Parts: sequence; C-alpha cells; structure tokens
Amino acid sequence: MAIHVDQIKEAVAEMCIEANLVLGEDIIQGYKQALERETSSVAQEVLEILLENAEIAKKEQLPICQDTGIAVVFVELGQEAVIEGGDLVTAINEGVAQGYEQGYLRKSVVSNPLQRENTGDNTPAVIHTELVPGAKLKLTVAPKGFGSENMSQIKMLKPTAGAAGVKEVVINTVQEAGANPCPPIIVGVGIGGTFEKAALLAKKSLLRPVGELNNQPQLAELEEELLVEINNLNIGPQGLGGLTTALAVNIASYPTHIAGLPVAVNIGCHVTRHQQRVLS
Amino acid sequence: MSEVSLETPLTEEQVKSLAAGDKVLLSGTIYTARDVAHSRLVDALEAGEELPFELEGQVIYYAGPCPARPGQVVGSAGPTTSYRMDPFTPQLLESGLRAMIGKGDRDKQVVETMQKTGAVYLGAVGGAAALIAQRIKEAEVIAYADLGTEAIRKLKVEDFPLIVVIDSQGNNLYNRD
Repeated sequence: MAIHVDQIKEAVAEMCIEANLVLGEDIIQGYKQALERETSSVAQEVLEILLENAEIAKKEQLPICQDTGIAVVFVELGQEAVIEGGDLVTAINEGVAQGYEQGYLRKSVVSNPLQRENTGDNTPAVIHTELVPGAKLKLTVAPKGFGSENMSQIKMLKPTAGAAGVKEVVINTVQEAGANPCPPIIVGVGIGGTFEKAALLAKKSLLRPVGELNNQPQLAELEEELLVEINNLNIGPQGLGGLTTALAVNIASYPTHIAGLPVAVNIGCHVTRHQQRVLS
Repeated sequence: MSEVSLETPLTEEQVKSLAAGDKVLLSGTIYTARDVAHSRLVDALEAGEELPFELEGQVIYYAGPCPARPGQVVGSAGPTTSYRMDPFTPQLLESGLRAMIGKGDRDKQVVETMQKTGAVYLGAVGGAAALIAQRIKEAEVIAYADLGTEAIRKLKVEDFPLIVVIDSQGNNLYNRD
C-alpha cells in the first residue's frame, strides 16, 4: 500500500498544533513531582504557574509557549514504503505551513540567517531522514524553541577524558545557561560518533519521555548522577533557586574514533514538545 | 520582599522603591520589542530621529506574541531571553526607559546603567505564555510592522505578574551565592 503525500501533510499539520497546545503528560508529572520536592516558595510558585499555564493552553487552545519553535521533523522511512502524489520534503513543509497557520502558532523562521527575512509560514522544517526496514513511515514532529537551543554546546574531548570529562561538559553547559533556557530543563546529551552525529544524538535524546532511563545500565547510571549534580546547582525553576533545575538527563551514545570523544549537549526547555505518528 | 501593584508610566521614585525579590502586579501600557526592533530603536536614537514611542518612564517587554485567534486580543505572549538585547539597552536607559521585562540574566553594562539612571529589570515566567496572554487586554502594532511578531506592539496589561530580578541598586536575584 502506498502512502499518499496528503496523509503526510495532514499528519504533520496536526502534530504541529497538538505538540504546541498540549503539554506531554510525562512533563506534567515531572512538574508535579518537583512541586512535592521543592521547599522554596518561589520555586513552588513558578511550578504552580507552569501547571496552570499548561491547563489554560489546553482549555483555551493557546500555545503553551509563544515560541512555537522551528519544526524539527524526524522521519523513519521503511525501505519498502512507497510515497505517492508528490515528494516527501514538500509534503512535510506544506504540513508545517498549514499547522502553523491553522493553529495560530508563531512563525519564527527567517529565510536567510544573515538577511533575516521571515518566511511567513514557519517553513522550512529541519528534517532528519533515516531509512529503516519495513513499509511504514514514522514521523516525529518536535518544535524547538530557541531560548534553550541557544544554550546548547558541543565539545570535542580527548578520548581519555572518560565519563568525568563528559560530566564536566554537561554541568558547565547547564551552569552557563543559568536562567536563560527556561528551567526546569530537559538535558539531551549525545556522546560519540562525529561532530554532527553527537549533535543529532543529543537532539534525539530530547524525544525520550521524562522519567525513562537509558536501557544501557552504565548510561542510565550516568544520567542519574548527572541529574543529581545538576539539581544541586541551585539554579531552580526560572533560575530563581530551588531543587529542580532539570527534569531529566537523557543520553544517547554511538561508536566513535580512537582519537576522539565528541560530547554534544542540547538543552530543552520546560515545554520540550514532540508528537509521533506512524503511517502505512 | 513585598508585593506591590504598579501602574505605568513609572517614576524614578517608584522604581527605586523596588527591591530584588519583590513581586509586582503591573498594569497599564507597555511596549514589546525584541532583537531587530532594539537595533532599529538605537539606530533611530543615533540618527537623532523620533522614536515610535516616548521612552521616558516606559516599560519594554521582550516578547513576540503568537497570532491572535479570532475574538482574542493576542496569542500566547511570554518573555524571550533578555541577554540578546543587552548591547542596545544602555542607550535606551539613558533615554529614559524605566523598566524592562524578560527572562534570564543581564550583562554588567546593563546593570551599571540601571543603577546610574534608576531602572529596574522585571522577570516574567518564561514559558507561561498562555497565562500571561490572559492579562493582556489590548494589543496594537505601532511600529516596524514588517517584522511580524517582532514588531513593536503597544499592550495594555492588567495585573501582569512579575518579580523584581535586578533592582536599581544592582541587587540581582540570580546571584544568590
């Protein structure tokens, strides 16, 4: 069975709207757990405001945050799938344009990074495509705000730097970011691969639900240790102090070269958003 | 720490009475301006041109709202990160700007100029954009309409919930060590 481009367009449009209007249940649970843990009244108040904001957004059909992001779209295309009626990239971009218009979402994309003219429809999306076995098409839409994106960093460590070196990069990145990326944040970490692979791993890590640890015990342990250390920094919700600077640290790793240890840290704000659909 | 209701425009005296950590409910007219709008405002000041609004006693909100749904005044409208406006801010403060609303820390030059001119930096809750939109009662583009969401908007707000992050003495809520 072929997949028609109209299905893709429709799915992308709906996901852009849904992701921006409805906060993920995992993040809401993260706020609630943080609220129980926090002892500072300012931190508690900020978390209560965030919970109320998520409720208002859902009820009034308003975006959770005015920065409705640049649309990052992850495509997993089954190698036996057939797309008909047009091309995939155009379909995704038409879906983004439709979603941002119909959802009253902010158009935040400029056509040229130096001349900076707004494209008016939030396109183009940033699209990452992977060929996988099978005949299905999995689409993930992750609108990315730039308050947190701007606070992300990448470092090419020495191969002997080890876990301690990785930790140092992550902690420094969070510390330098301070209040800017809208804490409590989600910290996406990519370790290994090459320069661009590490960055992509970090970005993809942000898709993992809050509260779910890495399935490799060593990395799960590193995630837990980093989360404790980050939350000891006392940056807190909105940078006003407290025990909750991050809701989660999500790490992904990939084999790398004998001479290097790339580490990328992609920061997600407290409204790290994503929606996923499978078409067949 | 106290809780105060303030009405814009703000006097130097009002601003100087605020201390870092105070909660403020702000009402009245405020103006949105982000990166490019700041660059244009400073260009206009340097060229000796008239600004789109009089800065004296006014409040700038670093924000670019979502489009309004039919029947609404404005879409979601939370603060953007303030440091990007730092290079332009001292000149606006010297020209009478009394308060800024945003999120995240400011640089040394901004804080020193605030101390000199008597200004305050107020924090809004980043990401609480749907909640903040409900406190905005009127919104009108008054300049740089070509910038879309980044245009300068005149907003009428009622009880906009804020916290004094940096006061006119230079006390900074982000520096707690």
